[in-house]
Amino acid sequence: MLITLVVSAFLIWVMPMLIATYTLTVLVIYGMLGLSLGLIWGFGGILCFGQAAFFGLGAYTYAIAAVNIGESTVPMVLAVLVPAIFAALLGAMMFYGRLTDVYLGVITLVVTLILFKFVNSSAGPQFVIGKARMGGFNGIPGFQTLNVPGNPDAYVWGDPYFYVCAVALVIVFLLVTCLLRSSFGRIAIGIRENETRMALMGYDVAVRKTILFAIGAAIAGLAGALFANWAEIVTPGLFSLGQSAEIIIWCIVGGLGTRFGPILGAAGLAYLKFVLGQQSMIDNTLITGLILVMFVLFLPKGLVPAVAALWRISFGRTRRKPQRTGRRRARHG
Amino acid sequence: MDLGFVIFIEMLYAVASLVLISAGLAVVFGMMKVINLAHGEFMMLGGYATITAVGLGVNVFVAMLVIAPLIVGLIGLIVERLVIRHLYGRLVDTMLATWGLSLVFIGLATMIFGNTTTGISTPIPGFTVGNYQINGYNFFIIVVAIVLVIAMLAVLKGTRAGLIARGTMQRADMAAALGYSPDRIYMATFFCGAALSGLAGAVLAPLVGLVPTSGGAYIAKAFITVIAGGPSLIAGLISSATSFGLVSQIFTFTISPVIGEVALLVAAVILLRLMPQGITGRFFKGKL
Amino acid sequence: MSLNRRDFLGRTAALATTTSLIPMAALATSDSIKLGSILDSSGPFDAYGKPMDQAMRLAVSEINAAGGLLGRMIDVTAYDTQSDMALYSQYGQQLTRQDKVDVVHGGILSASREAIRQTMRKSKTLYFYNVLYEGGVCDRNIFINGVTPAQQVEALVPYAMKNSGKKVYILAADYNYGQITARWIQKFVAENGGEVVGTDFFPLDVSDFGSTIAKVQTAAPDLVIAPLVGGAHLSFFRQWAAAGMKDKIALASTTLGVGNEHKVLTAAEGNGIMCAYNYSQELDTPENAAFKEKWAAMYDGDQSMHEIAVSHYHGIMTWAEGVRQAGSLKRDAIIDALETGISIMGPGGKVTVDPKTHHAVLDVHLMEMRDQQMKVIETLPQRQPVDTQAVCDLSANPDDNTQYEIEI
Repeated sequence: MLITLVVSAFLIWVMPMLIATYTLTVLVIYGMLGLSLGLIWGFGGILCFGQAAFFGLGAYTYAIAAVNIGESTVPMVLAVLVPAIFAALLGAMMFYGRLTDVYLGVITLVVTLILFKFVNSSAGPQFVIGKARMGGFNGIPGFQTLNVPGNPDAYVWGDPYFYVCAVALVIVFLLVTCLLRSSFGRIAIGIRENETRMALMGYDVAVRKTILFAIGAAIAGLAGALFANWAEIVTPGLFSLGQSAEIIIWCIVGGLGTRFGPILGAAGLAYLKFVLGQQSMIDNTLITGLILVMFVLFLPKGLVPAVAALWRISFGRTRRKPQRTGRRRARHG
Repeated sequence: MDLGFVIFIEMLYAVASLVLISAGLAVVFGMMKVINLAHGEFMMLGGYATITAVGLGVNVFVAMLVIAPLIVGLIGLIVERLVIRHLYGRLVDTMLATWGLSLVFIGLATMIFGNTTTGISTPIPGFTVGNYQINGYNFFIIVVAIVLVIAMLAVLKGTRAGLIARGTMQRADMAAALGYSPDRIYMATFFCGAALSGLAGAVLAPLVGLVPTSGGAYIAKAFITVIAGGPSLIAGLISSATSFGLVSQIFTFTISPVIGEVALLVAAVILLRLMPQGITGRFFKGKL
Repeated sequence: MSLNRRDFLGRTAALATTTSLIPMAALATSDSIKLGSILDSSGPFDAYGKPMDQAMRLAVSEINAAGGLLGRMIDVTAYDTQSDMALYSQYGQQLTRQDKVDVVHGGILSASREAIRQTMRKSKTLYFYNVLYEGGVCDRNIFINGVTPAQQVEALVPYAMKNSGKKVYILAADYNYGQITARWIQKFVAENGGEVVGTDFFPLDVSDFGSTIAKVQTAAPDLVIAPLVGGAHLSFFRQWAAAGMKDKIALASTTLGVGNEHKVLTAAEGNGIMCAYNYSQELDTPENAAFKEKWAAMYDGDQSMHEIAVSHYHGIMTWAEGVRQAGSLKRDAIIDALETGISIMGPGGKVTVDPKTHHAVLDVHLMEMRDQQMKVIETLPQRQPVDTQAVCDLSANPDDNTQYEIEI
């Protein structure tokens, strides 16, 4: 924990000197989004093809609530709750129906498509929630962005906003770490390893998966709300299949089963896309695709485990850290 | 009366187009348990192959039915040798690798053909039924879909190659023990699957403007149709295509095309929830 | 604790260094005028965006070749938004907050304009939107050069109805432009004694119109007006021709041709479609001939200019004229200069700034597509943007910041 805090503080201090905070903010937000899928997929074994649905829901909930309320605190809270509730309902439907694996992936994919199609066709004047026009393809621009709670005119944007997002990511990261170290987390990992065995041991698998799914969605929703504030517009593209695919690619490239891997994958690939977007020699879709294929073929476990393996090989036996979980187990006897 | 006939043709067309766009994916998934997410891009490549061939002066039907499947089949063969071969048995990894490939193809197509919407006119004129005009090309698509299904059935049930393929599908190790190389069979199957995708893309190209990202519109529908179909290849394909096609057309006609699409998706969710193994996991068990 | 103090000191030092660098960065480029461009040069709307980008570069090179503006050269900062509305927002912020440009010419779809209009206004960056649209924007910070419904649709509807009949079916793109234009069409059809028998909206990625065509036939209109937008919607015109509908029901559009779609469709698919714009490549004027030559010279014989590329060219020339008259790059000075009613002669004819609405007074030509060309049938000179004039008066309310939508 202390190491995490120190390293993050260092990074928050150093990175703005290398990359503009405007770009850095969105990298941090994508990192949070990657972490949300990394949590449910890497540690819970739930391959969700539609994580973008929760991202988009968070962003749209924030935008619509902000247009109606005019102050940003309540919308931020709603933006975390609504995707979580939606995920809980969806998860309950899926996990209690014992859907696994590919079929789960298809349903989550379908859900994100439904949301996309619905939101994309809501340009007419009849699509209105309170004071907010849903806008369809136009998206929803011009809503109240993050302000100091209680003071609607004190906007938080630019450099301070970067610090807010970075701190949020660190807090979420620490919360996820605590979750994984708790008994809930270890049981979730057990479910990923062998669901039948965990069920036979008496744990209610469906309810735990649903809760984990909802937590992942809440994180994605928070990322969505932060994104809405950064971009100052929300569009149906946030729900798109392409966005979901990108999140999956980030996790694969970064390293599934680690906490830092998806964050690194997300930030790294998003930055690469940004840099590539400024040149037009080679199409960036081509490069993203090549990266994905190369990684699946040669580094299927992702970057972070590969680097960790390299580290172990080079510096191997200097310090053998005991398994954290092992120590806990010993303590509880 | 005329309206009824028009609606009936439109429904048949919806089912037929779903069959066409899913056939390639179904073959590859049903036989090899590989989910080829580059399927949409194979269709797009088939479309571009057709347009290029027609631009070079080839007869449009030859281009659609012969050249496009061959070219895309070859591309599929290369893909199989280079990428898929290493990933058999790893379902999720093949999905991701083929997704990466789809991005590669989109990028290549954008670089080679550019982003402008190209197209060719439909080669069959419309004709009149009572007070209504129908797109004659829809009939062609329905016919192609029917011929395709019959051909697939004939090859799989009637020929020796089909028998070997089905055997490998059920027990690859036994087929290997009997002297057939699963490697070669997978190669051939992937070639056929890719060729089918190319054919579908070629046949559909005159109807919609082709852009490098056209594949994305098909992959979701094809994926959903194939998964909902279940383990049986042809029975699954037909049953899920029929159910989804009918549902989407009913809603399209009564409300709007967008609601029709959403209805298809909602139907998929309901169907998968009720029948988690796909339609042929419950009904038509054991049929091919 | 010590780490925290060091950390805090370090961060403050870093912040101080970066902030002190900014004024130096601004000084470094203050000898050139910065023009920001934000267009879709790739993606489904690149048929609109690429020629606009070409027109912008042609205009800038012409101005620079003549000595620049106020003795300074124009430097272009261009971003490609890849047909993604969210990228408009991001690049808009980048142009105003980081690159700090002097003027922005950009936006294609009405959705993109609305995505950046408030950012431009908040950062007090002069903004030119040079595309035909649905009218009604009342904002002192923006100047609009494209045709609006009162100029285009009001002339197109009676012309199309005269050639076909009274019953009209509307097929529109499902976003703000399509929705509002559909209402305008309904208004003008009613004013001309006609009847709208159906209105349908299509999201921009819909490319399968088979059931729609059947539905239209059930309604049996005399005329179909189609404000459809983008590459996917182009399929409608193909499928319409494939169904053999070309000879049965007349077709008109407020957007087809704006991206040179009449060259992409075959002659059989395009013949007879009626439209009305400010520009056609077939316009027989000396300005147009000179423009086409300059374009071909700069782009190796290419001739892909279209309506909104020419509007974009007009916009940049108008802005340049405003800068010359104001003698400065200060936004308010340029606005005041433009509000005196500056005119320029462009390939589309005479373009005058209307001071009350910041829109343009333009020639509008009624056209028909024939053999992949847009034949000019009739010219209606110097039409005023009466739709926006009816609701917007920037001299009386300079702080107005609304898009007025027509109510029916």
